[in-house]
Order: sequence, then structure tokens, then C-alpha cells
Amino acid sequence: MLEIDGLDAWYGASHVLHGLTFAVREGEILALIGRNGAGKTTTMKAVMGLIPKVGGRVRFLGQDLLGRPAHGRFSLGLGYVPEDRRIVPGLTVRENLKLGLLRAPSTIREGSAIAEIAETFPRLAERLDQVAVTMSGGEQQMLAIARALISRPKLILLDEPSEGIMPVLVEEMGGLFVSLRERGVTLLLVEQNVEWALNLADRAVIIDQGVVVHESSAAILRADSEIQDRYCAV
Amino acid sequence: MDWGSLDLELIAMQLFSGVALGAVFVMLALGLSIIFGMLGIVNFAHGNVFMVGAYAGVFVMERTGSFWAALLLGPLLVGALGLLVERFLIRPLAGRPPDDALLLTFGLGYVLVEGVRILFGSDGLPFATPEELSGVVDLGVGFFPIFRIFVIGVVALVLVALWVGLERTKVGLIVRAGARDPEILRVLGVDIERLWLWVFGLGIALAALGGVLAAPMRSVNPEMGNVVLGEAFAVTVIGGMGSLLGSVVAGLLAGIVVSMTALLAPEMASIAMFAFMALVLLVRPQGLFGKPGLGA
Repeated sequence: MLEIDGLDAWYGASHVLHGLTFAVREGEILALIGRNGAGKTTTMKAVMGLIPKVGGRVRFLGQDLLGRPAHGRFSLGLGYVPEDRRIVPGLTVRENLKLGLLRAPSTIREGSAIAEIAETFPRLAERLDQVAVTMSGGEQQMLAIARALISRPKLILLDEPSEGIMPVLVEEMGGLFVSLRERGVTLLLVEQNVEWALNLADRAVIIDQGVVVHESSAAILRADSEIQDRYCAV
Repeated sequence: MDWGSLDLELIAMQLFSGVALGAVFVMLALGLSIIFGMLGIVNFAHGNVFMVGAYAGVFVMERTGSFWAALLLGPLLVGALGLLVERFLIRPLAGRPPDDALLLTFGLGYVLVEGVRILFGSDGLPFATPEELSGVVDLGVGFFPIFRIFVIGVVALVLVALWVGLERTKVGLIVRAGARDPEILRVLGVDIERLWLWVFGLGIALAALGGVLAAPMRSVNPEMGNVVLGEAFAVTVIGGMGSLLGSVVAGLLAGIVVSMTALLAPEMASIAMFAFMALVLLVRPQGLFGKPGLGA
């Protein structure tokens, strides 16, 4: 579904990704793990078009991504939940959700889409008209996920969604991801919380210093504590 | 100074004059502020855009004989010029240090002044108050020029339209979000460059509208933008860089301060606004509505 083929990326003069190659298959949860600075966030940003200097090839549903401007990738069915959430200050929860609908397919009606989101995220439903950044970190994370979901993307890129969230909410989030997969949504999950991610994921890819160093089913990696220790110890 | 002649009616009249003057400042400061807030560019040509707006008004009025056509077409023509400037001069500077765009607008200001000198001559042009808006009206406290009331009315209408546009429409939501976080809008499928183009055009058109409105109140000449640029900067700094509400409140306050100073100490009128700015900055370095430590 998403084929990353020999992806290079630079931040200024520093070369961060070195010919990264892996694929996300339709209908799966793929965990992308690795140490801090391994290139996980850069990979996601490169797919979304937020890194100016990239090389190699990225294809999504057969379409070339790197040749498209960032805003031209959304409509292909890509959702993105950035690490820092990027809830827009000054806007209400409802307005932040509407941002997710601005360029969504016209078949999605605003009223019913927000009602649907409110059903999935009852915590947000109570706070629709509250200024979004006044909510707790966990609620803002839910909003960031909801904003990515509301346009019904085919693939969602989640960058460390569990970071700084209460354990009970992390469990809830895991349940949500599994139910999304059941509905046919594909998920690419970047995580530091390796145990949690491997429990949710079907497959896992480990990257280190900008290259893929391991790729297997999540179950195999769960059982292999040696590899986990080598590449994922913080 | 003859304090005995300072009755309440005179003060009330001067207050009204201040609001009319301030209304023009608001048009200038709003454009400056919206362009800075969205594109991160300090437009040093803004005063001269105001001047070009006045000339565009003169031009349209000479051709059509209608002030209303001048009021509508003047800002539209100059706004269209703004679109071209953004697309072909400012856009190519994206990704370079912000100083480059600043220098570009600085040079553009000179080009506008010289361009107007070539097309319309170096002498000032008359811009008569339109007949249907000339004369005075009795406000109860005294007689007040109808045209100044008209200026206040037009600016009030523009402000209401801008407010409704920003708070109640989809485009307004994009603008509000785009000022805070353009990157997330890209990810959500919004072509932010196209948004910047129209925001720049809007800011330019507002300054030009200020020029058309001010033309009958002051003389139209190629240098009229120079003083105005300093005044517009002072207003945006008083209001807080990038804050639209700040531009409105500071513009009106500055107009009143200048106008009242002209009444009480005429020789101080030209520096009154800057003294007011210094005073505000002493108390609130970020301006009245600015956020500390933030550009926008």
C-alpha cells in the first residue's frame, strides 16, 4: 500500500535517512520502532511532504508521492498524527476537527462526520466548543487522532501517540487502533513504547541510523528480546 | 494657549476627527498586520501602496467621473497588482532569510514612488470630496464633515465584513489556522501558498482603500506614503504585531491621540503618535494585544 524504496532525507547538511526501504501492507498495523534519532519521525515527515530535501521513491496506492506537494498527498487518503500533535491554538475542538474536513471528499458531510467522531471520542464530544489547547495532553492527542480520522483516510501515520498519556488512555487508544484496523484502515505506528506497539501490531520494522535493520511479524519480534535490546533500548 | 476656548463641544468634535483619522490608520495597520501575521513579511512598501491607492482612485475618478467607481475599482486594481507582486517577486524568495523579502518591499516602495512620478508627475493632484458627500451635518455638539462620517462608516463596514469572513466562513478558518500553524494545514490538504497569495492581495487592497478614503482629506502626491508608513508601523506596534484586533483598537486610539494633540498642542501633533507608542511599549513591550516573545 505504501512502498518506501531507497528513501534518503536530509535536515540541512545532516543526512538522516540512508536508502530506507520497507512497505506497509493494506489492512495491517505496522509498528516502526527504533531508538531516539533513528529516523522514525523523519520517515513520516518525508512521506507527508514536510522534509524539503529527500531522494528515492515513495509510492502510495501506486501513486508517486515525492513528486507531489504536501497538500496534494492528503486527498490520496493519507492521515497524519504528528508527534507534537499540532493542535491549533486559539481554535475550538470543533474548529480543529473542521480543519480535517477542509479538503476531505465532498461526500463527507460536516454534521454527520463530527457526530460520528463524537461517538468514537466521547471525551471530545463534551468539549466541542472548548478552546482545544486548554484540554489535557491525552485529550489533545485524541483530538489529533480524530482530526486525522475525520476525513476517512485509508492509511494513518501515527507518531508516538502514547507519549505522555495516562496508561488508561493508552489502553483505550490501543482498542481504537484495533477497531480501526477491523474497519479496513491501515496504520503505521511509530512508538517508543515497544511492548504496547508490538502487542497491537501485525508486523514490525526496526530502523537504526536511517536504515532498516529488522523486519518481521510482531509476534517474532516480541519473542526475540535480544534484537529488542540491541535496537530499542533507550 | 487659550484654555478658555476649550469647551466640551470642541473636544467632542476633535474626538470625532480623531476617529475618522484613526479609521484610515486601521485600514493601513490591518493590511500590514495580516501580511506580517500570515506571510511573516514586514511590508516596507505599505505606505507607498497607500499612495498608489490614492492615485488609482484619482485615475478611476478621472476616467469614470464617479467617486463610487474609484472607491471600488481603486483598491481592486492595486490589490491585483499586489497579487502579481506576491506571485512573481515575493514567492521566489520563499525559503530564504526574511530580510530578503523585507529588502524587496523596501525597494518596491521606491519603484512605486518613481512609477507614479513618471505616470502622474511630481506635483500633487487635487482629489475633490465627491459632491454627494461634501458639506457638514449637525451632530448635536457641532457641525461635522459628512465625508469623515462616511469614512468611518466604510471602515466599519469593512471591519464587519472581515470579522464575519474570519469567524464564520471556511476560508476564515483556514486563515486563522494558517496564521498559527501553516504546516498542519499542508498536511490536511490545504494549498498554503495560494492562501498567502490572496492574503497578500487583501492586505494590499486594504491599504489602497485607505489611500482612496484619505485622498479627499489630504493632498495626493507621490510622497504622501512616506509619513504614512511610519504611522502605520507605529499603530501595528502599539496594537501588537500580527494582532488584527490590536490593529483596530490601536488605529482608533492613535487617531484620537493625534487629533487631541493637534487641539491642545498643535506643534506636538506630528510626534504625538510616536510618543504614545513609546508609552505603550514601556508598559507592554509586546503591544496592547500582542503575545510576549511571539512575532504573530
